Amino acid sequence: MAATDTAPAAVPAPSTADPVRATRWSESRALSPLLLVAMLLLWEALIHLFDVPAIVVPTPSAVAVAMWEGIASGLFWPHFLVTLWEIIAGFGIGSVVGIALGVLIGLSPLMERLVYPYVVAFQTLPKVAIAPIIVIWFGYGISSKIIITATIAFFPLLANTIVGLRSAPREQVEMLEACTANRWQIFRMIRLPQALPYIFVGLDVAVVLSVIGAIVGEFVGAKAGLGYLILQKNFSFDMAGVFAILIILSLIGVGLHLLVVAIQRRVLFWSEAHANSVTGA
Amino acid sequence: MTAPLSIQAGASVPAPSRPGEALVRIEALEKIYSTRDRGNIHALSDIHLDVAPGEFLTIVGPSGCGKSTLLKILAGILKKTSGQVRVANAELYGPNRDLGVVFQAPVLLPWKSVIDNVLVPAKVQKLDMGQARTRARELLEMVGLSGFQDRYPGELSGGMQQRVGICRALIHKPKFLLMDEPFGALDAMTREQMNLELMRIWKEQEATILLVTHSISEAVFLADRVVVMSPRPGRIAEIMPVDLPRPRNLEMFNTPVFGKHVGAIRRHFQSEGGID
Repeated sequence: MAATDTAPAAVPAPSTADPVRATRWSESRALSPLLLVAMLLLWEALIHLFDVPAIVVPTPSAVAVAMWEGIASGLFWPHFLVTLWEIIAGFGIGSVVGIALGVLIGLSPLMERLVYPYVVAFQTLPKVAIAPIIVIWFGYGISSKIIITATIAFFPLLANTIVGLRSAPREQVEMLEACTANRWQIFRMIRLPQALPYIFVGLDVAVVLSVIGAIVGEFVGAKAGLGYLILQKNFSFDMAGVFAILIILSLIGVGLHLLVVAIQRRVLFWSEAHANSVTGA
Repeated sequence: MTAPLSIQAGASVPAPSRPGEALVRIEALEKIYSTRDRGNIHALSDIHLDVAPGEFLTIVGPSGCGKSTLLKILAGILKKTSGQVRVANAELYGPNRDLGVVFQAPVLLPWKSVIDNVLVPAKVQKLDMGQARTRARELLEMVGLSGFQDRYPGELSGGMQQRVGICRALIHKPKFLLMDEPFGALDAMTREQMNLELMRIWKEQEATILLVTHSISEAVFLADRVVVMSPRPGRIAEIMPVDLPRPRNLEMFNTPVFGKHVGAIRRHFQSEGGID
């Protein structure tokens, strides 16, 4: 091990440096799953060792069984679709409204003074606290969950759009002004592209928050969805079932996050910012 | 408002151009910045300058002499305090299509390919994009970047990026090219090569160039006339015609005539308290 590590350092040829870095990378990638397996084994062992009752903490094996049964019986599927739709629709609406309002505030100092204080005031309201009101207004169906999710998703995009639009370097703006560009051209050709790295950070934060939004909405009152199912399982002391659903929720969040990161990589190939963003995978 | 002494200083050196045909005419130009903490700063005082069509003019001076300010006013991105600036017989109010600007940094847009960066002014001015694209390819070939048109700025060296910036400034066939210390960030070798290349472009495009620089030798090497500026307030100290033959080459750096010019300009700055 030490020999392979030091050998390329002694050889100055640059071609040998890349494969070495690649192996180190894959090693670090393998570490994370290994840790998971170790933790699961420890978890299983501790529960058997201390004889923890299944209604307090289930064993990983019981969770795996619950997961399999939930999927095989078709129980999870419709609830999964409902929650996924709530997340995506709420995230979409919240993002579009956040970006649009961000553009408006970012480009107009008047709008900033007029609107922004109220936006911040709204943001300081805990969304969990207004969720019951939204459920009363919009019913127990999907629409109230979408709205709750949207209210949570919208602020990261608003804030990041405003900051992003102002991040355009002065020289770039002057360059375009010297070419006789008008305000709209400067917005489209410089301010908006310069804002994209910030907007993607906002999207990444918002997509993870959207999972929380949908579940909070379902906890307050719902007829379907994974959050609704968690409550049901909780009432019947089916801890293994609850854990299985938690894993599904986590997978949804990670999946959507990876999707945003993948799109970000394609769109922001030119930016140094994406190299610094937290991928977590 | 007017300082008769500096008018005489400016007028005492006759310009080789015929005044009636000046492409750019600057008269009694003043620029005063008002700052919050240091009061008013007199950046430009009583500037008189004519630029003839096809002329290569360089402006040299120490930091704070207002040379970049003058260039920004000409580019239309900075408002003058008073005086008159006319380009091609029209009063200059703001950015102008007859102007091309090369900045200190290349200022390329990192998300656009090299050729799309060159095409930015054409896009802004809604020119015929087919024709502009052909011209962009020709310009890139002229500066030796034809193989790089689909690369992105991040993949280019500093010197290559600055050449892209020059192509961008030329894409809309401006009558007048403004350059603000365009080679300041380059190493000495690249800088000399870029100087030669710029003179070739100047001849080929029949351009009129106003170039601001920190370097006295660069100013002398490139120019038909060197405008020497001095600070506090920024004003024209002398306009010096350069009698070096064209085409110029790097050997001329060692000629007595070249040395004489450089020495004369340097003496200016020594009497003013030194350059930088």
